[in-house]
Amino acid sequence: MNTTHIVKSYEEELTKLDNLVAEMGGLVELQLAQATKALVTRDLAGAEEVVARDVEVDQLERNIDDLALRIMVLRQPLADDLRSVICALKTASDLERIGDYVRNIANRTTVLTKVHSVSETSHMIERMAKIVQTMIKNVLDAYISRNADLANQVREKDQEVDQLHNSLFRELLTYMAEDHRAITSCTHMLFIAKNIERIGDHVTDVAEHVHMMVVGEPVEPGRPKYDKTSTTAIEGSTIKEP
Amino acid sequence: MDTHEKSLVSGVRIAKPSNEKERAIKVSAQAVNVHYGDKQALTNVSLSIYKGMVTSLIGPSGCGKSTFLRCLNRMNDVIDGCRVSGEILLDGEDIYDRHMDVVSLRARVGMVFQKPNPFPKSIYDNVAYGPRIHHLTSSKDELDEVVRTSLQRAGLLDEVRDRMEAPGTALSGGQQQRLCIARAIAVDPEIVLMDEPCSALDPIATARIEELIDELSENYTIIIVTHSMQQAARVSDVTAFFHLGEIVEVGDTEEIFRAPSDERTKAYITGRIG
Repeated sequence: MNTTHIVKSYEEELTKLDNLVAEMGGLVELQLAQATKALVTRDLAGAEEVVARDVEVDQLERNIDDLALRIMVLRQPLADDLRSVICALKTASDLERIGDYVRNIANRTTVLTKVHSVSETSHMIERMAKIVQTMIKNVLDAYISRNADLANQVREKDQEVDQLHNSLFRELLTYMAEDHRAITSCTHMLFIAKNIERIGDHVTDVAEHVHMMVVGEPVEPGRPKYDKTSTTAIEGSTIKEP
Repeated sequence: MDTHEKSLVSGVRIAKPSNEKERAIKVSAQAVNVHYGDKQALTNVSLSIYKGMVTSLIGPSGCGKSTFLRCLNRMNDVIDGCRVSGEILLDGEDIYDRHMDVVSLRARVGMVFQKPNPFPKSIYDNVAYGPRIHHLTSSKDELDEVVRTSLQRAGLLDEVRDRMEAPGTALSGGQQQRLCIARAIAVDPEIVLMDEPCSALDPIATARIEELIDELSENYTIIIVTHSMQQAARVSDVTAFFHLGEIVEVGDTEEIFRAPSDERTKAYITGRIG
């Protein structure tokens, strides 16, 4: 039943809340694209711009919080409306964290433009970032169109990010073992890769919020974990038992 | 009940403590039809009311929720041209059986109305009225005790202790409503029906009645008709949504207000044009 609220201003407020989430998500997606581009092209000015624009992301989160609180106080939303407002709040919080990870990538890029580069890995990072960017775009589409299936697909996609992160992790460890001059840049790259992997996790969270909003039930728990970096070591780096 | 079973299986929702009570059916309505003359007010309504729980009936004006409520103590009998068919069992007993004593039925199933309607008598006599006509007490002391306990349970005793002989109509609206509740429970009913009991009250008086409903549900089965979605959500364990004389959806209150399954329920409780 495609119906609208009897009270027009209530309907407008809920639409505005959706629009703000879409705007915030769009900005975060753009920031990630710019940060990745700055990393690959070693563009200092581009990276600095990303860092500067994070305040806009933060401001959007506050706007969403304010409007969500206003709707709860003045409208006392129920059922689907209540789930929409809760979803907006939680999503804004995840998007804000994603914004922070992106800013951190840009910060590290400003350092990386000044040191010995590991260009082979930056392309792998770019691949990871592309997948995550598509995930952000799709999860926002799922959000706005209230599409739980699309949200679930996004959730599944995160394993590709985890797997890329695993191989990148091993590769960077190998580079560092071979050439100690690469340690600075490789360490930054490790953090950048980890940031993107974490972004993927937050997008997955958003997908779960969307599922809850649309279906009214949480997703089944127990998504398999594909990120194995916490237990990874390269050969020769482990301490031998005496 | 479908929604209830589903919620138990998924095992994720937080149940209110009252939901953990064993669900014993107090009133069972089966295929109830009510006509006022040619006009059909209720169509095939079936609903189970559980003992010791608060059930709220919600729905737009004219949906039949008050009509259904009034079937439960045969208040519709006094309306000309009103015909009730179907079966309503109270503890397994057919309340429309011709051997049913309507007066004692109404003592078992008390009622509180939208507008507080104390008798033009003293506070004491308002509460003592039921026990007197039903001969529930054998001495003045015993009657005093019933009046005192009823006022206490209705949360009014402290406010009227020193002026039991003052007219009930001299009380404030909220106090009058609590007096009516004291009057209803003075005959120790099993069920208390409430037809929009707070619609004429301010938020504080409303909160007092809602707190009272909570407390009374320890001892009584309560059925409340309300137009306030928030009130239904706050006070009841089970919610039934009526629309055009039919029951559209029944379920645990939390489920109904969190994720209703019928589009008409959703449209109504979120204030949409259905």
